[in-house]
Amino acid sequence: MAGPAVGGDLRILGVTKRFVDFVAVDDLTLTVPKGSFFALLGPSGCGKTTTLRMVAGLEEPTEGSIFIGDEDITWAKPYRRPVNTVFQSYALFPHLDIFENVAFGLRRRGVKDVKPQVEDMLELVELGQYARRKPTQLSGGQQQRVAVARALINRPDVLLLDEPLGALDLKLRRQMQLELKRIQTEVGITFVHVTHDQEEAMTMADTIAVMNAGRIEQMGPPTELYENPRTTFVANFLGQSNLLTGRVTGRSGDDVLAEVEGRRVAFPTSRLHATGEAVHIGVRPEKIQISFADDTASFDGHNVVDGVILDASFIGVSMQYVVRLPWGQEVAVFAQNIRRDDRLVDGAAVHLHWDPAHTFALDASQDADAGAALVGEPAAEPAVG
Amino acid sequence: MSAAAAIPDALEAGPHEPPPAAAGGSLGRRWTPYLLLLPGLLWLGVFFLAPMVSLFSTSLQTGSPEQGYSLNPPRFANYTDVWGQYGEQFLRSFVYAGIATVAALAISYPLAYTIAFKAGRWRNILLVLVIAPFFTSFLIRTLAWKTILSDNGFVVGLMNTLHITDVLAFVGLTDGERVLATPLAVVTGLTYNFLPFMTLPLFASLERIDPRLIEAAHDLFASPFTAFRKVTWPLSLPGVVAGTLLTFIPAAGDYINQSLLGRVGDAMVGNVIDSKFLRVLDYPAAAALSFTLMVSIVVLVALYVRRAGTEELV
Amino acid sequence: MAATTSPGRVAPARSSRPGGPVNWLRRHLVAIAAAAALVYMFLPIAVVVLFSFNDPVGRFNYQWATFSTKAWADPCGASGICEALGLSLRIGFLATLAATVLGTLVAFALARHRFAGRSVVNLLIFMPMATPEVVMGSSLLALFVNVTVVPLGFWTITIAHIMFCLSFVVVTVKARVAGLDSRLEQAAMDLYADEFTTFRKVTFPLVLPGIVAGALLAFSLSFDDFIITNFNSGSTVTFPVWVWGAATRGVPVQANVVGTAMFLIALSLVLVGRVIGRRRAAG
Repeated sequence: MAGPAVGGDLRILGVTKRFVDFVAVDDLTLTVPKGSFFALLGPSGCGKTTTLRMVAGLEEPTEGSIFIGDEDITWAKPYRRPVNTVFQSYALFPHLDIFENVAFGLRRRGVKDVKPQVEDMLELVELGQYARRKPTQLSGGQQQRVAVARALINRPDVLLLDEPLGALDLKLRRQMQLELKRIQTEVGITFVHVTHDQEEAMTMADTIAVMNAGRIEQMGPPTELYENPRTTFVANFLGQSNLLTGRVTGRSGDDVLAEVEGRRVAFPTSRLHATGEAVHIGVRPEKIQISFADDTASFDGHNVVDGVILDASFIGVSMQYVVRLPWGQEVAVFAQNIRRDDRLVDGAAVHLHWDPAHTFALDASQDADAGAALVGEPAAEPAVG
Repeated sequence: MSAAAAIPDALEAGPHEPPPAAAGGSLGRRWTPYLLLLPGLLWLGVFFLAPMVSLFSTSLQTGSPEQGYSLNPPRFANYTDVWGQYGEQFLRSFVYAGIATVAALAISYPLAYTIAFKAGRWRNILLVLVIAPFFTSFLIRTLAWKTILSDNGFVVGLMNTLHITDVLAFVGLTDGERVLATPLAVVTGLTYNFLPFMTLPLFASLERIDPRLIEAAHDLFASPFTAFRKVTWPLSLPGVVAGTLLTFIPAAGDYINQSLLGRVGDAMVGNVIDSKFLRVLDYPAAAALSFTLMVSIVVLVALYVRRAGTEELV
Repeated sequence: MAATTSPGRVAPARSSRPGGPVNWLRRHLVAIAAAAALVYMFLPIAVVVLFSFNDPVGRFNYQWATFSTKAWADPCGASGICEALGLSLRIGFLATLAATVLGTLVAFALARHRFAGRSVVNLLIFMPMATPEVVMGSSLLALFVNVTVVPLGFWTITIAHIMFCLSFVVVTVKARVAGLDSRLEQAAMDLYADEFTTFRKVTFPLVLPGIVAGALLAFSLSFDDFIITNFNSGSTVTFPVWVWGAATRGVPVQANVVGTAMFLIALSLVLVGRVIGRRRAAG
């Protein structure tokens, strides 16, 4: 019998999972506050699904412990944890109809009259009239909602979602993202959502933990992770970043002074995340403003570099430029489509400038390409990892 | 031998790889598989393997039903005796089985191909039809061939009119105008009996081929026949080999068809073993023949396993 | 395929498939061969059914004489046939039960667990399916003769049947178990079902069709077995042994009646099974 839903924060303490030939999760520690929507974000094989399975009880950690509130659930069987999972493949029981699928957990816990609760839950996910159908008769989106209902009806302390939206098409996925967020806000249960889709994580979660190779790179609210990344992996994995190699030259009040290929840049000390002299100077493409080189302008207080446009693409919502800097490096610039400047074409000389507060500086020893999107990244993550 | 009512379901079901490595697929304990295996394997050990040992030991005995048999000393000459005496029967068994296997392959392949690629909704019904004949008794079915191939029956009459029988008699498969009590009848019966054993593995193999591969071949200038030769046939080989094994081996040891449909003088190894065990009661010689047959089968299977491994077998 | 260049003409002529009977034949060659194969397979069945309505002249039922339902009216009329049938049914039932249980256990081990000696087990399961019945029958006889504890008869036949049915059950059930998504069982445990309840509520119902298929297969193999039974039966007479014994003297028409009945019963079982399966899937 599952313990009563006492509640409390989900605490993962020093958890390591070692398989025969590799380490999937490496000394992971994090706390998921009760009632929050938490996202575990990372590429295939980073260990996020393994972590989820350890919380669910479907894997045993090699080291470390897992607590919900004060209850140590590290070694508890899956059927004794106040935790339920929405599986990536939904895992609906094909031999039971929708009603019985959703009622399954209740029946195992000895609830006699399941009808009212099941009907309520089916109403919540808007599948009331499908109660007596079999899973194979439902569409992917409907099956996904049944999977959520089946898990949610048990009022677990923690609801785990393993890339539940991976198999849905774009439009449906967006819809379900909002649905899940709404349900979570309404019901108030802790959601732990595993995904490789950074847009999804940022849309839905209160807190995101970015995982890479079994470790957490950075954890915090979406805005903090996006605007002020602390590692090149986070900078590249969430959205897109331009990273310029530079050197810290000194301080000036609250600012750090640095130079990039002879050009001076400055940024607030709070945005320096490196200790040595060598740094990656980072700025996101949408933060850079582009102007035709011949126009006279002063760009007061901004960091400025000059370059030549290699490619100008009209995306619709924006113009996306690839600009070649004097020392050969290429950077991306996104300009919101408010007022298009027809002079900004391939080959035009331009000035690029941005607010120093939008700069971030990372340790130069990190790989500048870490986390950058690979061509042909698979849509769904394999079962392990 | 009659076969499955529901092999189609089993064939539809699953892949043939070993269970997934690591990743907590089953939370079973380490000794569970051994416990599960024990009763079944024990039964096979006692009633399949041990008899082979018994067979071998019997084949080395000397004696008679009246005086009893003894293993002292073991007489290996029993083997050379029977090889010398019954070499012709061995050869005949393998030749008949070989012809039957090739014929079964020729007949089954289009059938399996049609079911795998062209059947659509009819697939399951067709699979049932493939097995359906084997719902009746194997002996009664074989006896039915006596009616079909009877001397004044329609089939033989037609064959005579078209002079097919003359050609076959020339090759030695038939006797004048008769088909019954000839090698042809025996081979026909053999082929017929083992058709599902050839069709079903073929189907299983063909069904796994992605039809888009054939489309790609056509796109790359292959005619239908070339596409078959270069793409379909090679990919279906595992099924061909499995079907061949499951047909040739039992056919080589069969003697029912020969008894019911063949000539008295054309004994196969099976006939000899049967008569020596049950009528003449010459156990050592019979056992030697049987064991020789067994060993040649084991050699064939070993060759197969060396190429393809054991996972596809079961 | 006339391409036209004159203006004012709206649509070019449409090309059509080359017609004629020869081309039709060529396109459908494979399907025709398949149909011929099916005809070949059912020819003896048709004969068996037809000749169950025959009233033969003399002892042998190979020539058509006159239509008669005599044999159907008196199915036990031939001496010993119903006793032999009864025996075959009893042995079949017992052997099926044992082979299905043992085979299912082995199938689960093979499909779900990792263990040392997989190849050996695969080989051991495969061999009885591939070994000629002469060899299996005669070797068992050699065993029973050398051991002389068990007299030849009902029990030796049953033992032999369990032996060779086992492998077929394993293959059938294993395919079904292997095709079962293990994540369904993980989902069940996630939803508070312990290991035993998970097996009872999820695994077993989903594997059951495979087990039933295996059992049916085992029964039909056992019921129809001749060679192995003949070697190990002593003087006990099962149905196939009875037919064999009657073959030289003249097989009575009742044998065809039984054959036809077997065919119809099995066919209807399969059809019923399919209907149930389809109805269950549709909810």
